[in-house]
Amino acid sequence: MSKIEYTSLEGKSPAYFGLLGGLAFIMLLALASVFYMEHEGHYVTGMTNQIVWGMPHVFAIFLIVAASGALNVASIASVFRKKIYEPMARLSALLAIALLTGGLIVLLLDLGRPDRLIVAMTYYNFKSIFAWNIILYTGFFAFVGVYLWTMMDHNVYRFKPYAGFSAFVWRLILTTGTGSIFGFLVARSAYDAALMAPMFIIMSFSFGLAIFLLVLMATYKWTGMELGDAVVNRLRNLLGVFVASVLYFTAVYHLTNLYATQHHDVERFLLMEGGIYTTIFWVGEVIIGGLIPLALIYAPGVKNCRTTLGLICTMIIIGGMAKIYTILIAGQAYPLEIFPGYEVSSSFYDGVVNSYTPSLPEIMLGLGGIAMTLFIVAFALKVLRFLPVSLADSVVDPHAK
Amino acid sequence: MTDSTNKSAVDSSRRDFLSKAAVAGTITIAPGVLLHQTAQAGSVSTRPNDEPVSNKNRWGMLIDTSKCANGCTSCVDACNEENGLVGNGRPETDSQYIRKVTLKDKATGHETSLPLMCQHCETAPCADVCPTGASFVRADGIALVDKHICIGCRYCMMACPYKARSFVHEAVENQKLTAPRGKGTVESCTMCVTRVDNGGIPACVEACSAENHNAMIFGDLNDPNSEISISLKERGGKQLRPDLALNTGVRYQGLNE
Repeated sequence: MSKIEYTSLEGKSPAYFGLLGGLAFIMLLALASVFYMEHEGHYVTGMTNQIVWGMPHVFAIFLIVAASGALNVASIASVFRKKIYEPMARLSALLAIALLTGGLIVLLLDLGRPDRLIVAMTYYNFKSIFAWNIILYTGFFAFVGVYLWTMMDHNVYRFKPYAGFSAFVWRLILTTGTGSIFGFLVARSAYDAALMAPMFIIMSFSFGLAIFLLVLMATYKWTGMELGDAVVNRLRNLLGVFVASVLYFTAVYHLTNLYATQHHDVERFLLMEGGIYTTIFWVGEVIIGGLIPLALIYAPGVKNCRTTLGLICTMIIIGGMAKIYTILIAGQAYPLEIFPGYEVSSSFYDGVVNSYTPSLPEIMLGLGGIAMTLFIVAFALKVLRFLPVSLADSVVDPHAK
Repeated sequence: MTDSTNKSAVDSSRRDFLSKAAVAGTITIAPGVLLHQTAQAGSVSTRPNDEPVSNKNRWGMLIDTSKCANGCTSCVDACNEENGLVGNGRPETDSQYIRKVTLKDKATGHETSLPLMCQHCETAPCADVCPTGASFVRADGIALVDKHICIGCRYCMMACPYKARSFVHEAVENQKLTAPRGKGTVESCTMCVTRVDNGGIPACVEACSAENHNAMIFGDLNDPNSEISISLKERGGKQLRPDLALNTGVRYQGLNE
């Protein structure tokens, strides 16, 4: 493959400024929501003493998980030496940083005391996986930042393989950490599973690649630059493997629980009698987020159809949100089993399935995180040269190994 | 002459100030000293206030569910009063440090009533998961939240097996001096740590005794001669979720083993 030529967005069109303006407006609404929630206190949200993590966490965890996965394309190029992915590595790393920023902002702004960020950065309890995550997030910025630098500056280009490998290892550790936030919760029936860590890693592959493909296709469509089928179909096939893997991990998680009698009640709740949570699991996570995309990815009739691929990616994102909603909210909605063998009742909602209705400010805060991610990407694409001038089949050489 | 007159005027006002300050100081401090002495003369053995908390004591509670009266909430009321927990009419977000739980045995239909609060675990999951170390267990076994470094992430609430913690969902007013609270931070039963440090017993235990139910005993698990240790030795006591091996400071009698 010949030397790759990169370009930046011209960024002078009304459409471009319209996009930035629209995203900024959503961020403004999110900020207003934060002020409202922090000023009044969390009672104005849907979150309670029973459902302590709500919609902001669904958005935040989705974005953080996707951030790690968005780095996929760069990793496959640098670590596994697949040259066809090489031109897209810069965009991949940029998207990873932007997604993590968006996710962390949401997580931070939902804290009871977001003003104590400095406390979170200076007091560490090293037995806490949450504290480790703070270090892992910071490290991710550093590793991917250096990696981007080695990709974009010829003076340090020779260090790129090392930087790429470090970022790859770090992001696997990072998502292990994110999954372990749930895996390490020994007391709750729906969590406490070592499988959470690898499942989160495979989820990150799937969600991150779906977002990457959407951003890639939108950018090349809007700029009028060429994006060939060779690259897109390669990524599409890879996406299929990831979607299938997520389904596989989900199946193993539930089958393992189903084998143990002590987990029958929670599984009956999640899979059959959980009302809205059961619906979100089957319709959102399994059908919309898994089976339909899988069928469409490998359907012969729509192989080169970009609209279908866009739809597939959107469904995977919706399914991903549904998956995290199921893990997070349904896991908390199911009552803690403090007294096995007893019917329990109290003034503190013991023994009952907890209800949760997300409030508008919570959803706005989450959408603000997504807007921030896209704003960072759109702005960075104008400022620096992240985009290959062409990803046409003849340029990327589909026969390269 | 003028100078010396001024000097004596100054001296007399200074003297006046000092004597008033001394009287004011005595009035301020004396009740505290007396209270402390009274408390020390009270029930449970206590450590002098100039000594740090140590693991010589392991404070605990023993609850006899057979004595806990169904429908009685005096322990809950006393806790709310002691800690200034005033509800805002929003039961899903209002804080509860202690609650009465009614259990019905699925097999026999037998009903039991018991108070449930922070179990003051030796290896507390809340303290394990807290990113800043705000949740911690004192050397004498009391689990607490340092309100100054709690960032309000609520991970401890996710981790607690007993749902013993509450998040302060709105501004708090008229706080008790001995029970500081803060909007946006997490809180739970402190085993009335200020009372305990002054030789007293938790408000819930006191209230239960005042009702003549005597379902709750407070004491030092490390002292083999304490009432709690003797009762545990004679009749046993169950931990909630013993499978988690948390070595809780609160134990229950009268529950099916």
